[in-house]
Amino acid sequence: MNKVIIIDDEPLARSIVKEYLQKHPQLELMQECGDGFEGLKAIQQHQPDLIFLDIQMPKISGFEMLELIEQPPSVIFTTAFEEYAIKAFEAHAVDYLLKPFDQERFDKAITKWTEQKSTSTGKATQDLLETASLSPFQSQRIVVKNGSKIKIIPAHDVLYLEAADDYVKIHTPEGYFLKNKTMNHFEQSLDKLQFVRTHRSYIVNVQQITRIDPYEKDNHVAILRSGAKVPVSRSGYGKLKEVLGL
Amino acid sequence: MSSSPLSITRFRIIFILCWLVMVGDQMMVLHFFGLPWEAAAIDSAIGNTLLLLACLLVMNTLRYYLPRGNQYINIFSICLFLAIMWLLLTKWLLGVALGHYDGYKELLHLSLSIRFSIAFLLMGCVTMMSILWYNQKEQKENEERKTDAEKLAKEAELFKLRQQLQPHFLFNSLNSINALIGSRPEEARKMVQQLSDFLRGTIKKEETQWVTLQEELQYLQLYLAIEKVRFGNRLNTEIEVEESIKQLKLPALILQPIMENAIKFGLYDTTGETVIRLHAGKDGHNLFIAVQNPFDPETSSPKQGIGFGLKSVQRRLYLLFARTDLLSTEAKENIFTTTVKIPQGK
Repeated sequence: MNKVIIIDDEPLARSIVKEYLQKHPQLELMQECGDGFEGLKAIQQHQPDLIFLDIQMPKISGFEMLELIEQPPSVIFTTAFEEYAIKAFEAHAVDYLLKPFDQERFDKAITKWTEQKSTSTGKATQDLLETASLSPFQSQRIVVKNGSKIKIIPAHDVLYLEAADDYVKIHTPEGYFLKNKTMNHFEQSLDKLQFVRTHRSYIVNVQQITRIDPYEKDNHVAILRSGAKVPVSRSGYGKLKEVLGL
Repeated sequence: MSSSPLSITRFRIIFILCWLVMVGDQMMVLHFFGLPWEAAAIDSAIGNTLLLLACLLVMNTLRYYLPRGNQYINIFSICLFLAIMWLLLTKWLLGVALGHYDGYKELLHLSLSIRFSIAFLLMGCVTMMSILWYNQKEQKENEERKTDAEKLAKEAELFKLRQQLQPHFLFNSLNSINALIGSRPEEARKMVQQLSDFLRGTIKKEETQWVTLQEELQYLQLYLAIEKVRFGNRLNTEIEVEESIKQLKLPALILQPIMENAIKFGLYDTTGETVIRLHAGKDGHNLFIAVQNPFDPETSSPKQGIGFGLKSVQRRLYLLFARTDLLSTEAKENIFTTTVKIPQGK
């Protein structure tokens, strides 16, 4: 018996998946969720093997929700949005069902999943996320988990990012939040005109910079409005000048 | 203005080679008629250099002024004039430079008619070739412009179609219908009807057409009915319009994108139930319609609310009224308001 969860904000969209699931008695539907928050809770509670996930949902998108789960289950996306259809993703996600889809197409996805299950799944979803976060639509904000609460940080509230071992510290006026991601990930996904990698371990929001001072030999330091100081390497200084149009 | 044929290296080389051949040729002919090599060389160089300058002058003039139809007579006169001027100048210069050679003056005098014919013919050739060159260039540019314009028009057309069909809305609605067919076929049938009416309305109406507020609201109701099936009880709407203004007119299909934007913004920014309010009234000479949706100031900047849909409304209003102040948005506490003003008395 495998556990399944459906996450979609449209009730009828959930009901069609539910209907198609009846043909697969080996899959047990644990819960239906109307948004990403509910989805997160349900995933923690039930530890499903497979989720059906919509992308555009209230508050946090399907991609953002997945990012907050450490060991994401296998995912079959159900969405009307072809632009994320992301041919590149198809290699990673179990499947990508474009609404409306029929029982036959649905069954195919389930078969695909059953076949993939024998190999590694967690890895595949992880790969999917790495690719997913490159899609430009997420660059406006960062979603983090703060204890049991989920925090959505609009990009313009971010002061700077700092590498911290396996995590990235996201500094905001309210303090910092940790996210289990790489600096490269943020460098790629945030708006390149607003966020500059000034240093191997730092990405700064250029709108927060009030001053750039020389510091030791070839290096500089950026002073932010909050008073924080962010190191700027020689190549980082070049990038910064380019973005600021100096 | 197109570039001169001499902007191409290959033509430049040919042009210079021709000139050198002419210089050499004339020098040899003059020597054959008994002029010493030195005098023949100077004569040929002066005459041909002046001819070269005259040719360049013609080519450059044609770059800015290309004869149309029967203006070729002008070109003929200009060539003739230039050839005469060239002849007089050459005669004078050669007389000054080479007059001391024995028998030169006689030779010069005898050869004047030949010199003139050659110069005139040559200038004519250069002119004709230049005209052909520039004409061809112009034609090519015109064609490019035409294809560019066609491409732009096509893109605009496609964009309009995409806008009208609203694929996401359509596919999500079809998905809802698909779900209803199994469980509640009567409702599915109703939704197919509503969706068809809605799409027909979109296709039928021209962007420039004006409709009454009442018609536009009816059309909006169709849209809302479909959205309510999709989102269930999460979506609630309150529409408040005084009876007296229902006959006022506005451009067709302007409210639906505003409503769609409010629904998306409202529904995707809050969990649980959402109320979208529409309020219309008259303010001086303007009909105004305000649409309100809730949003979460903590997580979204109101800027996000000005999506693609609103931008296209703004563009249309600008095209219709040449004003950019007719669409405004305001975020207050957790309510986002989009207001559109339609000047009346048209």
